[in-house]
Amino acid sequence: MMTAAGTWQQIFDFQDYGALLGLVRNSLIVGGVLGLVGGLTGVFVVLRDLPFAVHGISELSFAGASAALLLGVNVVAGSIAGSLVAALAIGALGARARDRNSAIGVLMPFGLGLGVLFLALYKGRSANKFGLLTGQIVAIDDPRTGWMLAVSALVLVVLAAIWRPLTFASADPQVAEARGLPVRGLSVAFMLVLGLAIALSVQVVGALLVLSLVVTPAAAASRVTGSPVLLPLLSVLFAVLATEGGILLALGSSVPISPYVTTISFLFYAVCRLIGARRARHRRTAPAVPGVGGEVVRA
Amino acid sequence: MTGETPPSVPGPRAGDADVPGRQAPLIRMTNGGLRYGDRILWKGLDLDVRPGEFWAVLGPNGSGKSSLVQALLGRRPLTFGSLRVLGADPRRAARHIGYVPQQGTAPAHDVVRARELVGYGLDGHRFGLRLGLRGRGAATRHRIDAVLEAVGASAYANAPLGTLSGGERQRVRIGQALATDPRVLLCDEPTLSLDLHHQRAVTELIDRRRRDHGTAVVFVTHEINPVLDLVDQVLYLAPHGHRIGPPEEVLTSRSLSALYGSRVDVLRVRGRIVVVGAHDQQPVHHPGPDAEHARETDGARP
Repeated sequence: MMTAAGTWQQIFDFQDYGALLGLVRNSLIVGGVLGLVGGLTGVFVVLRDLPFAVHGISELSFAGASAALLLGVNVVAGSIAGSLVAALAIGALGARARDRNSAIGVLMPFGLGLGVLFLALYKGRSANKFGLLTGQIVAIDDPRTGWMLAVSALVLVVLAAIWRPLTFASADPQVAEARGLPVRGLSVAFMLVLGLAIALSVQVVGALLVLSLVVTPAAAASRVTGSPVLLPLLSVLFAVLATEGGILLALGSSVPISPYVTTISFLFYAVCRLIGARRARHRRTAPAVPGVGGEVVRA
Repeated sequence: MTGETPPSVPGPRAGDADVPGRQAPLIRMTNGGLRYGDRILWKGLDLDVRPGEFWAVLGPNGSGKSSLVQALLGRRPLTFGSLRVLGADPRRAARHIGYVPQQGTAPAHDVVRARELVGYGLDGHRFGLRLGLRGRGAATRHRIDAVLEAVGASAYANAPLGTLSGGERQRVRIGQALATDPRVLLCDEPTLSLDLHHQRAVTELIDRRRRDHGTAVVFVTHEINPVLDLVDQVLYLAPHGHRIGPPEEVLTSRSLSALYGSRVDVLRVRGRIVVVGAHDQQPVHHPGPDAEHARETDGARP
């Protein structure tokens, strides 16, 4: 028991919490905006069946960021560059799901390998290295905050502009194309937006755990609603609660932020899945037409 | 645009018995042809599809049926000849055409509800956000409800598309195509792999539409029998040319034997048509976008 309590003490220490909060103001702002970005892009990741692509892009984003670290240039810019290259390559290599998945499977280890190489060559602080893989948001400086907010704003503006046609093209590509929508152009536009969103998320939860921010919240929401309004709202709510909750919990503990973010978003998913499953059972047992087949004949 | 020629005004032309009182065609193709690389899918096609007419497009795999639909939608420019849809360039008319594709699913169908699919037909092409917590405005929502009611899909309006049967999904698709009050309805094998009962239900919806609203219907199909009593004109695309006319003229042993260049027997049994010989032949293999399409649909056919 002693060791358990000791470990608890080691992880959590909420003394001086108020003073610490002031230090992470930037992180809280960035975390909220990233929740918004991750929750909204996630909706299309779910609709377009792209979780594997998200993982692949985040590995190349990691390679870009570690290259930037090695060269001593802007890490956010590096991870954005890696992301965009990966997003465009995946978009160009695989229009069909099968092609796409093998293209990602090829790109992913390549990106991770490059990243490992750059980090091995890097002589700086080792915390910087670990952070790229598993996340570090606490103590984001002002210029980095500015960068991230600007890129987030760009993502949100583009998403708002293409939201409806992108939904149409995602759910019903054949008819969207027949109606004259630029289905391919929309797909490329979304891959670029996704690349940016992933590069931002890498800064918070790290390359290995991006899925928890860009996929899990939307996947959770899609379990309980198909409404075009509720789905993005819930997804954003889950993502924001996960990032902000993660930051606030990490603040009083010695553990990095990512396990909190991943656990919170996983819990949302688990609960939504249960609710969704219960509803589906209800639908199946309920009579399709009131008054017909509603009576259960017991022997 | 290779298919673009001086704008053709709908009206009488040589060889066309334009009976006074007949309405101007909604689709007019003059000497149309389509080529992939060095392979000509079809050529010399003259079509006049008028309001309220039901056209069936028949032919073996790879004969260019789906390519014809793509051309009518303005997705694929003609190699030869000219095409006007609703008196305009087909690409500009595409938004005013109802299009019903083959039934199929997308990953998004696990999430997207039936009513959304109809909604896309109304406003899915618009860029920019619509604001407001309830999403679409009341008028649009009522329109979606009315359309779903009209095609008998109200009971599953809020169910995810993925939970519907093929027949239910096609009802919703027809609702989507009709939501904008189109003057032309293009159906690309909408009844493929549906059972007889649902084939009937789907074709009846389409038939009612053209009778009540004078919508012209172009219906690509492999199976003429479910629509035989509805069809005004048949366009039969085949390896050795094509034929246009009422079903009793086109679907004869003589005409199909000529189209296939081999012996084909057409039998009439209890109001149904049975074609022997034509479908036994292997689908023509050809490169180009249609090849993949033809392969996909092969598996679904008995």
